[in-house]
Amino acid sequence: MAVMTYLEAISDALREELRADERVLVMGEDVGAFGGAFKVTDGFVEEFGEARVMDTPLAEAAIVGTAVGAAVVGMRPVCEMQFADFVACGFDQLVNVAGKTHYRFGLAVPLVVRLPSGGGFSGGPFHSQSPEAWFMHAPGIKVLAPSTPADAKGLLTAAIRDPNPVVFLEHKHLYRRINGEVPAGTYETPMTARIAREGSDLTVIAYGAMVHAALEATEPEQLDCASVEILDLRSLVPLDDAAILASVAKTSKVVIVDEANETCAPGAQVAALIADRAFEHLDGPVRRVATPDVPIPFSPPLEQAVLPSVERIREACRELLEY
Amino acid sequence: MQTAGPVAADAPAGAPDRPGPSNHLTPADQAALLRAMLLMRAIEARALTLYRQGRVPGSFYDGFGQEAVSVGAAFAMGPRDRLCPLHRDLGAHLVRGVEPVRILAQYMGRESGVTGGRDGNVHFGDASLGVVGMVSMLPDMMCVATGMAMAFKLRGEQRVALTWFGDGATSRGDFHEAMNWAGVQRLPVVFVLENNQYAYSTPLGKQFAVDPVERARVYGFPGVTVDGNDAEAVFEAVRIARERALAGEGPTLVEAVTMRMHGHAAHDDMRYVPPALLAAWAQRDPIERQERRMAALGVDVAALRAEIDAVVEAAAAEALAAPMPDPATAAEGVFAVGEAQPLGDGRAPWSWFASDPAADRAVPTGSAANGNGAGRGTAR
Repeated sequence: MAVMTYLEAISDALREELRADERVLVMGEDVGAFGGAFKVTDGFVEEFGEARVMDTPLAEAAIVGTAVGAAVVGMRPVCEMQFADFVACGFDQLVNVAGKTHYRFGLAVPLVVRLPSGGGFSGGPFHSQSPEAWFMHAPGIKVLAPSTPADAKGLLTAAIRDPNPVVFLEHKHLYRRINGEVPAGTYETPMTARIAREGSDLTVIAYGAMVHAALEATEPEQLDCASVEILDLRSLVPLDDAAILASVAKTSKVVIVDEANETCAPGAQVAALIADRAFEHLDGPVRRVATPDVPIPFSPPLEQAVLPSVERIREACRELLEY
Repeated sequence: MQTAGPVAADAPAGAPDRPGPSNHLTPADQAALLRAMLLMRAIEARALTLYRQGRVPGSFYDGFGQEAVSVGAAFAMGPRDRLCPLHRDLGAHLVRGVEPVRILAQYMGRESGVTGGRDGNVHFGDASLGVVGMVSMLPDMMCVATGMAMAFKLRGEQRVALTWFGDGATSRGDFHEAMNWAGVQRLPVVFVLENNQYAYSTPLGKQFAVDPVERARVYGFPGVTVDGNDAEAVFEAVRIARERALAGEGPTLVEAVTMRMHGHAAHDDMRYVPPALLAAWAQRDPIERQERRMAALGVDVAALRAEIDAVVEAAAAEALAAPMPDPATAAEGVFAVGEAQPLGDGRAPWSWFASDPAADRAVPTGSAANGNGAGRGTAR
């Protein structure tokens, strides 16, 4: 297996699917000759041509809307929002057109919208958001948020092959920071949770970049040798209820970490699920660590004050372990 | 008084309408246009009665007076073309081949309606007939139609996408995004602006400073204005637009000027519309115009009306007897499972398409279909 960055794994999935399926079309702002703002599609035009690696006008509603049109006549469009934040401009097409079409009259809309998301590098209020919860609340849209290169490749492949609209949250802070072994060829990663580390005293539930923060925060030597399980959700819609409930049943204590703004974030849904269906297993309050309900600020000390940090996660775990 | 927008190719009420503005229609085609418009009006009239009887939940939206816009435009489209109609475009669904009983069942939220009760009124599309149902956010489907055309061009297919939208929809960003995108990529798409004078209660003067048909030019393609109360004129404008698209010349904006003769929906008494304006437009009813043409050709219009009424009455009886959907299924079908099935081909009743299996991929050249019964005319 090759060792790749998270970004290279995403590129690899796109490249393999473009090679394997002539219906696959990559479209977005600056994705063609320029190779994309983050260079995910670097070199693609040379291999696949400008028609299948399409530079579009700066028009997010039309990027999503035309992708819907292409999808229902047999294409498999993969759209790139230059930053996840800009999907707000295409929100209506995603939520009202793509998400409801199959329910309304049985017409499948197989498309993927890639969302470079997350903060941590002074992107400011319009280049740092984690908008996953917007789409969890919109019926008919699948929401994926991988944390490792291998899962990024396998989940993106699964998203492209899925007959539904899928938003794919790829965390910008993982792009070049995280390396990992990635299988060659094509494979699909199931849209289920994965145990990132086995443990028995407490469970931390996270997704995306927060999985890495949770792993660092709960290294045994940092927490009096406590055995902490890390559950990486990977998929937010569908949500792997069974894996969440099984881990809670095992450890009885839960910390849930979101980089999204706290109110109605994925962690809120996870907490509600646990309160409803795992109450008898709990041996302490369900604790949440999330970004407070503020825009992501620009200046480093302000940004670091709001994003969930390793220290905040560790402190929440420590308090709960002592409960 | 709010005045009507510009109207091209109009004839004063009562003036002889023969020959029609298109010489690509056989008498059978002309009769088919009338038949589809009559069917649309009869279905909507019946549905309005059902609404007042409490059989149609929600509200009811019709296209009374606008029948020529959807029927004329849809009639120019080939089986492999794809359509995104608006809520006053029932005629497009009828031309494409949706049965009246399924439409009436749709209005009443029955299981056998096109959406099985998941959506109401004209918010439906029979995917198997190459039609995508609209959403209420206007004009979102302009982007969808543009995307279909993008796929056709990318695959080198001789096909066209068409969508309708209203005067109010031209104020939203999706209008600009779709028009710009289609112009930049020179896509085979036809945009039909259904200018019916009012967006709910808002007249044109509060909607735009310049007639939107003027905007086509700055997006890099032609905009034409046509009498939206003449099915043959609408057909002809869309036929030409489709030919341009097939020839690789890109999009066309067709503005069909018409009048919404009923309220925005059944609950709206439209007291904001000057009665004199309505009266003037009533003199230009698209169905009466086509009836005069057909009567001049010797068609028994009264018999056709009677036949249509019987069809609709039978469909209403069948729809009224159809079961409501099972509440236990309300959460089903949110996600697709298995391989995605793309849109299918629809009915394309224009005689040109029946004349040759490959006709929908070719451009009919020449003319003279009128009056001689030969759909191909002088086409090579």
